[in-house]
Amino acid sequence: MAEVIPSVHQGSVSELDAAIAPPDLEVVNMSKRFGSLVALDQVSLHVKPGTFHALLGENGAGKSTLVKCMMGFYRPDHGDIVINKRSRTIASPKDAHHYGIGMVYQHFTSVPAMTVAENLVMSRFDTTTVINWKQEMAALQAFMATAPFKLPLETLVGQLAAGEKQKLEILKQLYLHSKILILDEPTSVLTPSEADEVLGLIREQVTDGKLSVLIISHKFREVTSFCDEITVLRKGKFAGTGRVEALTVADMAEMMMGEKREPQPVEKVATTEVVPVLQLHNLHANKDNGLEALHGVNLTVHQGEIVGIAGISGNGQRELVEVLAGQRSATSGQVMVNGEPYAATRKQINQHRVFVLPEEPLKNACVPHMSVAENLALRTFDRPPQAKGPMVLFAAIRQMAEQLIDTFKIKTPTPETPVGNLSGGNVQRTVLARELSADHINLLIAANPCFGLDFAMVDYIHGQILSARNRGVAVLLVSEDLDELLKLSDRLIVISGGKFAYESAIAEADFAAISHAMAGH
Amino acid sequence: MATEAIGWLGVPLGILAGTLRGSAPFLFVSLGECLTEKSGKINLGLEGTLLMGAMSAYAISYLGVSQWNMSPAISPWIGVLVAGLAGMGMGLIHAWLSQQPRVNDIAVGIAMIIFGSGLAFFLGKPFIQPQAPQLPSFELGKLLSSSPIVQSALQISPLFILGVLLAPAMNWFFKSTRPGLFIRAVGDSPDAALAMGVSVKKVRMLCIIAGSFLAGIGGAYLSLVYPGSWTERISSGQGLMAVALVIFARWNPIQCLWASLFFGGAQAIGPALQAVGIDKGYYLFNAAPYVLTLLIMILTCSPKKTLSGAPGALGSING
Repeated sequence: MAEVIPSVHQGSVSELDAAIAPPDLEVVNMSKRFGSLVALDQVSLHVKPGTFHALLGENGAGKSTLVKCMMGFYRPDHGDIVINKRSRTIASPKDAHHYGIGMVYQHFTSVPAMTVAENLVMSRFDTTTVINWKQEMAALQAFMATAPFKLPLETLVGQLAAGEKQKLEILKQLYLHSKILILDEPTSVLTPSEADEVLGLIREQVTDGKLSVLIISHKFREVTSFCDEITVLRKGKFAGTGRVEALTVADMAEMMMGEKREPQPVEKVATTEVVPVLQLHNLHANKDNGLEALHGVNLTVHQGEIVGIAGISGNGQRELVEVLAGQRSATSGQVMVNGEPYAATRKQINQHRVFVLPEEPLKNACVPHMSVAENLALRTFDRPPQAKGPMVLFAAIRQMAEQLIDTFKIKTPTPETPVGNLSGGNVQRTVLARELSADHINLLIAANPCFGLDFAMVDYIHGQILSARNRGVAVLLVSEDLDELLKLSDRLIVISGGKFAYESAIAEADFAAISHAMAGH
Repeated sequence: MATEAIGWLGVPLGILAGTLRGSAPFLFVSLGECLTEKSGKINLGLEGTLLMGAMSAYAISYLGVSQWNMSPAISPWIGVLVAGLAGMGMGLIHAWLSQQPRVNDIAVGIAMIIFGSGLAFFLGKPFIQPQAPQLPSFELGKLLSSSPIVQSALQISPLFILGVLLAPAMNWFFKSTRPGLFIRAVGDSPDAALAMGVSVKKVRMLCIIAGSFLAGIGGAYLSLVYPGSWTERISSGQGLMAVALVIFARWNPIQCLWASLFFGGAQAIGPALQAVGIDKGYYLFNAAPYVLTLLIMILTCSPKKTLSGAPGALGSING
């Protein structure tokens, strides 16, 4: 294939579309620094036409920076983007589109308050000011008829399920006639079966030679079943490339981490007593918009047990955790802790020793402008030894903070640094230190505790949660990561549409049935 | 009072007349605010913009005739245009300030109210006494009735008609034009807009400036149509009420129109009752629009729900 899109006007692309194979895309020696931080250091990457290419690396390895440079969000300090053997400058997403490159982001980029049709039409890069809806709808219906997945055009995007939103993002790129799709962890919000469906349909397009794909993924299962080649980044540097057939999962993991490392085995102590700690009776709660999110949930968590709640985000998990953390009031039903009604007042929290690791810890569990020490003391500052009558003893707070910073290895310049200035992992460590350091914990509620953290940190948090369980703590673990739940839980529950759709002990858990329940059938 | 000749019928007539006369400033300011808020920014400063508009329209209309030998038929229209331009100037300041990192819309808005009204009072001092030529009105009453009361009540300003037409036009703009969709995208999810290569900053800046232009026109209506003079108390908080009105109207231009008519009518309750001889509680009835504002705020606030229809990124602080 010689020249592709540059010489062709936007309007005529569609006619030529079928005939054009995806261009050859190469990144050569790309470097990018942010201040003193080197995010990318001489990285090269080659996506051959009609291949499914995976970009692997731990968090902070520079994957996102690399694709953002390719999309024109960032201007690289050094290096070239070579399309069909010609060096090109991509200064904006519009330029990227011009060369047939389109990206599906980790977070949805459709506008929730608009319909599917409005989102699709708006995403087009042409310049007509007035939209002829009659004509556009006819064209959209024709497009939908040939598209690999179907979506209702008149529905507001906000009302679509996460899986459908992800499909819309991909449809949008097909609608824009992108020939190279960059997918940034596209399956993180999908059930395993939805993920397989979406990736399978894209795989068909790639096999037919209509598309090239560059996918960022953390899931080796997806890489081995759908991808042709991988490129691995480690700490901003190129760490290797190769064909998937020639590599084992262990090889790939080694490339990513620079050393062979087995995931730490999980050791569980069998519990003998069955003492209920948390009991929910017919709990109902509303979403922010006043619609019901939890439709009567019943649950018991016992001492020394981890109950895992699986589900796709937006099925009531967030509201459940917020009710238990005292951030939302239940509309009806009852929460009991240790057999007593529980409303998450400060007194009750302290009396029943309830601790929470919420998702988005900076937002839900920290005061960003207050110091690390102060944040570490949020649970204890009003009691001796940190308080004497109405006086807060800052010396005691600082002393405890220094201890916790040391034990939990929180990387902070000083205990006085505002917690909002720390990296995500260290914010999570700070919250973990506060919530898990108490000498007697009775109930621990954790929501997506490892979201967006790297392998080492995930292992660490899993270890902490398990050791809490082994000490006899009742743990409610809400997570979107099924692997995490299968690894840690003693009992697994699937939440779908605000109700529990599946429950089983972990030994009898059936992967297909779980997947089925998550999809809401 | 002449109205007594038609007795109690004067009350609905008075309210109708008040609606036709008094709702235009609400309409212009609320449409301006609607446009601004659709892009995700709040401009409380429209109260100050309204006053600047009123002052500059009046001043230009007066100066045009007395100093620059313009015809009294033209100078008020030049005044309207200048009011809009003055509004744009105010909008530019708000747009620039409120988009600085870690700056809050509301704080800038309040500063702009004080700045705008202060500047208008300062520059407007010499124009309180003189009489400026007013904008013409359509005498709708003359077609319908021979009664002079009805005739004087049913006067419609071309500016009001313009405003009424603007509401559906804006609604169409948001639904069926690409810039309209981009504005909604910027207001609802700036990340999405950014991913489409739309400059959030630029869109917001243009929206704030265009919205302020409309608020300036609303000011011109105050000083050149109704009440038709320039005093420091001319706006009596209408700019602020219009912000509440946008919430009441759920960020929908058509509903902004209805809400403006409703507020305009409510404002006329007191004078209409006074005209038929009910003097007791005159001030209380005059407070009707304010009480309504308060009531709407109370009714629409809820700790359990977020407002439906509100642009997703409304009022969020930059970076």
